Amino acid sequence: MSADTSPAIELRGAGKTFRTPSGGLHTAVRGLDLTVRRGEFVAVVGPTGCGKSTTLTLVSGLEEPSEGEVLVVGEPVRGVGDKVGFVFQQDATFPWRTVLSNVMAGPRFRGVPKAEAKRKAQEWLARVGLSAFEDRYPHQLSGGQRKRVALAATFVNDPEILLMDEPFSALDVQTRALMSDELLELWEGTGASVVFVTHDLEESIALADKVVVMTAGPATVKHVFDIDLPRPRKVESVRLEARFIEIYREIWESLGEEVRITRERSAAHVA
Amino acid sequence: MSHEVLSTPVVDTATTPPDRAHSRARAARRRRIVVAAARVLLLVGVLGLWEVLSRAKVIDPFNFSMPSKIWDQIWTWVTHGTALGSLGEQIWYTLYEALLGWVVGVAAGVVFGIALGRITLLADVLGPYIKVLNSIPRIVLAPIFVIWFGLGPASKVASAVVLVFFPVFFNAFQGAREVDRNLVANARILGASDRRVTLQVVIPSATSWIFTSLHVSFGFALIGAIVGEYIGATKGIGLLVAQSQGTFNAAGVYAAMVILAVVALVAEGLLTFAERRIFRWKPANSDS
Repeated sequence: MSADTSPAIELRGAGKTFRTPSGGLHTAVRGLDLTVRRGEFVAVVGPTGCGKSTTLTLVSGLEEPSEGEVLVVGEPVRGVGDKVGFVFQQDATFPWRTVLSNVMAGPRFRGVPKAEAKRKAQEWLARVGLSAFEDRYPHQLSGGQRKRVALAATFVNDPEILLMDEPFSALDVQTRALMSDELLELWEGTGASVVFVTHDLEESIALADKVVVMTAGPATVKHVFDIDLPRPRKVESVRLEARFIEIYREIWESLGEEVRITRERSAAHVA
Repeated sequence: MSHEVLSTPVVDTATTPPDRAHSRARAARRRRIVVAAARVLLLVGVLGLWEVLSRAKVIDPFNFSMPSKIWDQIWTWVTHGTALGSLGEQIWYTLYEALLGWVVGVAAGVVFGIALGRITLLADVLGPYIKVLNSIPRIVLAPIFVIWFGLGPASKVASAVVLVFFPVFFNAFQGAREVDRNLVANARILGASDRRVTLQVVIPSATSWIFTSLHVSFGFALIGAIVGEYIGATKGIGLLVAQSQGTFNAAGVYAAMVILAVVALVAEGLLTFAERRIFRWKPANSDS
């Protein structure tokens, strides 16, 4: 790391208010204070629809905060920067590009010469095990393979900060565990800081150094838990460890309450 | 998973005998033959009935002509040329006007559609005017164009352009508006500038919208050219129709129609071919 010791991500009292189509105001997040150190893997859990994704869009620069500050590597976020990678919940591969061309897209957008972009893309495709699928189109791949393309397309840009918005939620359970392991492997080689949003507590504990529990919407940070499980981890085996279960219980006590509040609110809405 | 295992003894797909696949292929082939034969039979039936009714004077042969006469007329045009010159020249003239009008109309429609789809301010300002222009029945512009641009091809190209522009424009506009927001966000995160987003995300994802309109709009281009020629021209299939009509030659009108249909079908075929090449990235089941 350089002499610059500012944290990878810093949110200072950040909030985001949207105007709803009916003209009202909807506060997605408020008073967010969160620090992500360099190379740290932070998972964010919270009840569904509480505003976890909004946090990521603020850090990515896709949205501006309505209040407070968002700093990436010590500098306030102004639009989409070149330090950030983002893996979306839905498929975001370009369907008209081949697998190779999809992975080349990032470097090409950033002005890397074609030959070098191709070399880097092929390297990352090899790392996610898709070398044989270079010339396929996304629709010819399985859901898990498409996610791998998305990972390769993100990692090929060497992001210092990796934002992931429930990236594996559309996959089946087995593929999910496999992808989680692969993500850890890929990440360990890069030293990037990760913010991983999920509603799956198990997934968050298995992956992260730090689990952030958000409150029911409008979301703010409720509690931050340190996960002291040793690395390297294997997602399938780590969740059977006694310490894992202990942590799980501890966090669930905090998260469960928020989930209950959300549920009661939506029940009140229906009534 | 486990219930699949349970059901294996019932449906044993792994050991399907090869002759079952064989008989399925044979059934499919037989169906194709039946369909093709039925089509031919239908055509022969309709044409035959027309011929017979016309010869028996059940329908007026002067107004309705008959297939044999229409064929004779086409043959005469092919071998001896029309009153206006060779048939090929007339077809080429019409095709040239339609193609030119189509290309100009499509280009303008795509550019305006994408621009208005991407730039909200432009869409807000121009939106009502485009609606007004679109509500004018554009075929009435054809006589005006003949006045403005004369009897030459320019007036036909102009009427083809106004017919083609609007469907292409609305499709391109819609296509640009309905681009997957995720794809745009992803492209921006990956480092794409606004220009790149337009060129490499918005336009590719709007192409399937645009192509739908291209099929319809080539028909419109032909209509524009023909109507223009019909109103006033020196050459072209539309003029052939007008002239045949003027000399009470019903067979000539029908013959020109047949020629037009063939031209339109060939153009449609070429377009479908191009579409297949361009949309290789699409799942096969979505292009019907």
